[in-house]
Amino acid sequence: MSANLQLTDDGRLRHLLTLEGLPARILTQILDTAASFVPVSAQERDVKKVPLLRGKAIFNIFFENSTRTRTTFEIAAKRLSADVVNLNINASSQSKGETLLDTVANLSAMQADMFIVRHAAAGAGHLIARHVAPHIHVINAGDGRCSHPTQGLLDMFTLRHYKGAFHNLRVAIVGDVLHSRVARSQIHALTTLGCPEVRVVAPKTLLPRDVENLGVHVFHKMSEGIKDVDAVLMLRLQNERMRGSRLPSAGEYYKHWGLTPDKLKLAKPDAIVMHPGPMNRGVEIDSAVADGMQSVILSQVTFGIAVRMAVMSILAGN
Amino acid sequence: MPANLPSPDTLIDALAEQIAPHIRPDCALVGIHTGGVWIMDALAERLKLDIPRAVLDIAFYRDDFSRIGLHPESKPSHIPFEVEDRRILLLDDVLYTGRTIRAAMNLLFDYGRPAAVRLAVLVDRGGRELPICADFAAVRMALPADAHISLEKSEAEGLHFVMKRKA
Repeated sequence: MSANLQLTDDGRLRHLLTLEGLPARILTQILDTAASFVPVSAQERDVKKVPLLRGKAIFNIFFENSTRTRTTFEIAAKRLSADVVNLNINASSQSKGETLLDTVANLSAMQADMFIVRHAAAGAGHLIARHVAPHIHVINAGDGRCSHPTQGLLDMFTLRHYKGAFHNLRVAIVGDVLHSRVARSQIHALTTLGCPEVRVVAPKTLLPRDVENLGVHVFHKMSEGIKDVDAVLMLRLQNERMRGSRLPSAGEYYKHWGLTPDKLKLAKPDAIVMHPGPMNRGVEIDSAVADGMQSVILSQVTFGIAVRMAVMSILAGN
Repeated sequence: MPANLPSPDTLIDALAEQIAPHIRPDCALVGIHTGGVWIMDALAERLKLDIPRAVLDIAFYRDDFSRIGLHPESKPSHIPFEVEDRRILLLDDVLYTGRTIRAAMNLLFDYGRPAAVRLAVLVDRGGRELPICADFAAVRMALPADAHISLEKSEAEGLHFVMKRKA
């Protein structure tokens, strides 16, 4: 996948499709900008929005359901004073046979300025980005198993918020790496931002074959994988996968791979626990951990709004 | 640098003298990032003020976003008090077109309805493009349109003006 499609000729961000190949300066610019957007939601403000994207039309086009991601994009756009249109394509034109590019061409004719796209097929955002008019920006809100860049960025924002920097961190990504676009985005972002030790911790059946090539350390035992880490990034186990041959049962998975208070004790005492949601309590994470002192899972959701505001406003200005 | 432009420290002394009679318990100082914030802190120290202070960054309220995009170094705004019914003294280093002040006032009003807003600057250089004027200015001097002047701060020199000719 080409990273150049994402950048203008002078190296500014035009679309956000994947974190793979994006330079550290752009990731850092997004995180720094997001920090300035956090107080826009503050209680002390009567008006919890800024006029930056006034008059811009942002289309949330979701070919795959996701209440949380769609909602946080919608809130972010509204806090920037943009006009937001939500389209659940599953239930509309595509079922009548319209192609993806026809759908996008029609929405462009409605004077769209930005598309936020979630699609089950890898590369859907790239395809759209290749065909839109030059003034239109595209944000990938998750494509297949490939990439979920704003989730990766909000995870980086959360890590930096609690840990200060990346250069001295040991981070473990735990769970279903194979099916996870979140894990891929996290790995690209962490290595680009200079995190010296990124671990993936998973059973062999839930790891992609080429995972070592991504610059990570692989662990097949939870007790070894999360030992002395600064942060545990849990992944969601998709229940539908467990009917296949990759896993014996949810109970068995929890026993070996679920993050319990006892296992968490192996990490550093001040380690934080993250999860992209939605959580399967009692499968990949124990409720005592999810709701515990070390969990920053709800902060991730809050920071997700500021990070998406940053991405939208940087794109709209480039 | 115009030879007749006094040092920032001299100007802050002059500004302190001008604003001192107007400070009341329901006042608050609001500095516009970054020059205005340095001036705010210097004034508070000179006049031994213990009224509340706030920092504004106007990046999200600028009127040139559609032309030049997002300012690369935005900082969070932080107003740790109720703006509602407060008498605000807005502080900036240089008053020129008035567009920064327009943006700052819009930002301020998103926090609440102040009882009054006054503007104090070190240098009023003329060249206004909006109906805005300074209530307090340490010096008023016309500068050519291609001159860019800003307040800077460094370890070695402390507060100092930097003047550049626009290309």
